[in-house]
Amino acid sequence: MPMSTYRHRTVATIALAGALTLFLASCGSDDDSGSGDSDVDLEATLDEGGSLTVWAWEPTLDQVVDDFEAEYPEVEVDLVNAGTGDEHYTALNNAISAGSGVPDAAQIEYFALPEYALQEYVTDLTEFGAEELEGTFTPGPWGSVHQGDAIYGLPMDSGPMAMFYNQEVFDTYDVEVPATWDEYIDAARALQEADPNVYIGSDAGDAGFTTSILWQAGAHPYQVDGTDVTIDFTGEETTRFAETWQQLIDEDLVSDIPGWTDEWYQGLADGTIATLNTGAWMPANLESGVSAASGDWRVAPLPQWEEGGTASAENGGSSLAVPEASENKALAYAFIEYANAGDGVQTRLDQGAFPATSAHLESEEFLSREFEYFGGQQANEIFAESAANVVEGWTYLPFQVYANSIFNDTVGQAYISGTTLNEGLLAWQDASITYGEDQGFTMNQ
Amino acid sequence: MDGLHDEERKDKEQSSSMTTLSETSGQPAAPAVVTDRPPAKRSWIGWGFMGPFMAVFALVFLAPIAYSIYLSLFRDQMVGGTAFVGLENYERAFSDSQFWSALGRVSLFLAVQVPIMLFIALLVALAIDSGRLYGKSFFRITIFLPYAVPAVVATLMWGFMYGTRFGLVGNINDAFGVSLPNPLSPELILASIGNIVTWEFVGYNMLIFYAALRVIPHDLYEAAEIDGASQLRVITAIKIPAIRGALVIATIFSIIGSFQLFNEPSILQNLAPNAITSYFTPNLYAFSLSFSGQQHNYAATVAILMGVITMVIAYVVQLRGMRKAR
Repeated sequence: MPMSTYRHRTVATIALAGALTLFLASCGSDDDSGSGDSDVDLEATLDEGGSLTVWAWEPTLDQVVDDFEAEYPEVEVDLVNAGTGDEHYTALNNAISAGSGVPDAAQIEYFALPEYALQEYVTDLTEFGAEELEGTFTPGPWGSVHQGDAIYGLPMDSGPMAMFYNQEVFDTYDVEVPATWDEYIDAARALQEADPNVYIGSDAGDAGFTTSILWQAGAHPYQVDGTDVTIDFTGEETTRFAETWQQLIDEDLVSDIPGWTDEWYQGLADGTIATLNTGAWMPANLESGVSAASGDWRVAPLPQWEEGGTASAENGGSSLAVPEASENKALAYAFIEYANAGDGVQTRLDQGAFPATSAHLESEEFLSREFEYFGGQQANEIFAESAANVVEGWTYLPFQVYANSIFNDTVGQAYISGTTLNEGLLAWQDASITYGEDQGFTMNQ
Repeated sequence: MDGLHDEERKDKEQSSSMTTLSETSGQPAAPAVVTDRPPAKRSWIGWGFMGPFMAVFALVFLAPIAYSIYLSLFRDQMVGGTAFVGLENYERAFSDSQFWSALGRVSLFLAVQVPIMLFIALLVALAIDSGRLYGKSFFRITIFLPYAVPAVVATLMWGFMYGTRFGLVGNINDAFGVSLPNPLSPELILASIGNIVTWEFVGYNMLIFYAALRVIPHDLYEAAEIDGASQLRVITAIKIPAIRGALVIATIFSIIGSFQLFNEPSILQNLAPNAITSYFTPNLYAFSLSFSGQQHNYAATVAILMGVITMVIAYVVQLRGMRKAR
C-alpha cells in the first residue's frame, strides 16, 4: 500500500513537472532568425533569404508582404499585429526589456520614434545606406526620422493636415467656409446661432491635435539636443493658439464629443460636427466610419494664422524601424526599404494609404484621383500642397508617449473646469519637466 | 505493545487532538506517540505531498510578489540606466499627491458604493428566501445575470447609455424635454461607475447571502412563529445573525474589489478623457506609470503599497466582523 501511494505520487509529480516544462518552453523565445549578417549588399541578402518578423498595425502591409515574398521566395515574412498605438508599444517595450521575441522590424509613429532612438532600441539605418534616400521622402516625415545625422526609421506614411468640412452644413446655414482661425471662430458662432446642435468641430482635449496645431502656428515648445531638453509653453505662438482656442471652449463652440467614439462618428455623419482638422490619412476612415455622409464632405487647406498664409503641419504618420535586438537587420532593412521606398509604396497607395514619398505625391495619377466620398473632389492636390508647406523645425519630446498620456490630466482640465488652456499648458509643461528630470534628462524651461 | 494498548493509544491520541482543536490551550499529546513514530520521516512524507503544491505556489504566488518588491527597490532611467535606490520609491509614494488622491477616490467609492450594493443584495436575498415571492427562480437568475456579463462589455453598454447625445440619457432628454445631468461629467463620473459596479455585483453578493440563508434550520423559524415573532423580528434576530459570516466575507470581497477598481474607469476613459485622469484609481495609476511612463519600478511600489493597505483594511474588517460574531 505505501509503495503504490508512493508510485502514484511520483507519477503525479512527473506529470506536473512535464506540464510545467511544456508551459515554460512555450513561454520561451521562438525566434528563428537567420545568421546575423552585417553584409550591406542588400540584393545578396535578399537572395540568401531568411525569415523576418514584422510588427505593424498598418493594414496595407498585408499585400506588401505577399508581393515581397513572391518576389524574393527565399524570404519569409511573418506580419504580426501586436496592437495599435500604445498597446503595440507596450508589447514592443516588453519584448525589448525581456531580450527575446523582439521583431525584426516594427511600426513606430513619428512622435514615438525619438524615444526609441534615444534609448538605442532601434538601429541607425545609415549603416545600410539609408542616407542615400535623401530627397525620396517629403521634408516633414524625413525630418521626423532623423536625430542629428542618424536615421532611425523609414517613413511609411504621412499626415499633412487639412480641414475636412461638411459642405452640406455650411450650405444649409449659408456660412462661409473659413480660411483663417479668426474666420473659423466666426463661422463657429454663426453655426451655433443658426442651430445650437451644430458645432464647428469637436475637441475634448487631444494631445496629437494640440501639438500639431502648435506646430502649424510656428511654436517650438520642445527643443531637444541629445539629453538636454527644453520645454516652453509660454512662447508667443503658443499663447496665440491658447487664446484663440479658449474662445471656442468658453463659448461652447466646439462639442466635447471625444474622438473615435460612437457618438463622434454619428456626429460626423449627421452634421453635428461641421469640420475636422486632421491628417491626410482620414479619408479612408471617413469612407468606412461615416459612409452615410458620403458626398457631403469636402477638403480645404487648414485654416491659417495669417491671412493668405499656407502653413501646415503633420498629424500622425508612422515609420518602420529596425529594433537593435533584431538578429537579421540587413534583411529587415531590405524589407522596409521595399515597403516604404520601393514597389511597396504603390501597393499601399492603391489601398488608400497616404504616401511620404515625393515622387508619388507629385505623380499625376495620384493628384488627379477623384474622391467619390468628397463629391468627386481631387482632394490629394490639397494634401500634397499641405505636405509641401509643413512648417520646419518641429521636434517631439524624447518621452512624448508619456507626455501625451498625461495631456488630459493637465490641459484636458481646461475643457471641463475653470482652468484656462494657458494654465493647462503650463501644468503640462511642469508635469513633463518633472518626468524628464526623473528620467535623468537635463531639463530647461 | 499489544493490540489493546494500541487501541487505547489511538483513542487517547484522537481525544487529545480533538481537545487541541476545540480549545486554544491543548493538552500535550501522550509521550508514547513521539517515541513510537520518528518525526523526521513523518515530516518528509508531508513535504512530499506538499511539494507539487509548494512548487506551483512559489512559482505563481510568491515569486511575483518577491519580484515586485525587488523591482520597487530600483530606479530605471531613460538616461542613466538602472540604479539601486533602496526605499526612495516608497518615500516618493508617501509624498505623491496623485497616489493619495487616487486612494482617497477609491476610499470614497468604498464608503458609499459598498454599503448600497450589499444592502440591495441583502434585501433581494431576503425577499427571495422569504418564500413569498412569486417566480423566485426567475428573479434569482435575472438578478444574477449581470454578473455573467464581462465587466468590459457591461461598461461599454453603460457607456452607451450614459451618452447625452445619442445614448439613453440623450433619448430621455429628448423625449421628455428635460435635461438630465451628464453622467460622464467630472462631478458624476464616480457615481456613474458606482452604478455600473452595483449593477454588476448585486447578483453575486445576493447569491452568497441566499446560500447562507438556505442553510439556516427551518425549525428556528417555526419556533419563532410559535413565539409570535413577526417577519421583521425573524430577520433581525435569526437570519441576519446567522449569515454574519457571509456578510463579512462579502464585505471583504467588496473592499478588495473597490481598491482594485480598474476596468470600468479604464474603459470609460475613452468617453470621458478629462474627467477620468490617468491617476483616477491606484490601479489605473500604476498601469499608466508602467505602460505609458515606463516607470516599472515606481509602478511596482504603488502596487505593493496598495496591496498592503488593502490587506490591512480587509484584516481589520475581518477582526471586527468575527469579534461581533462571538
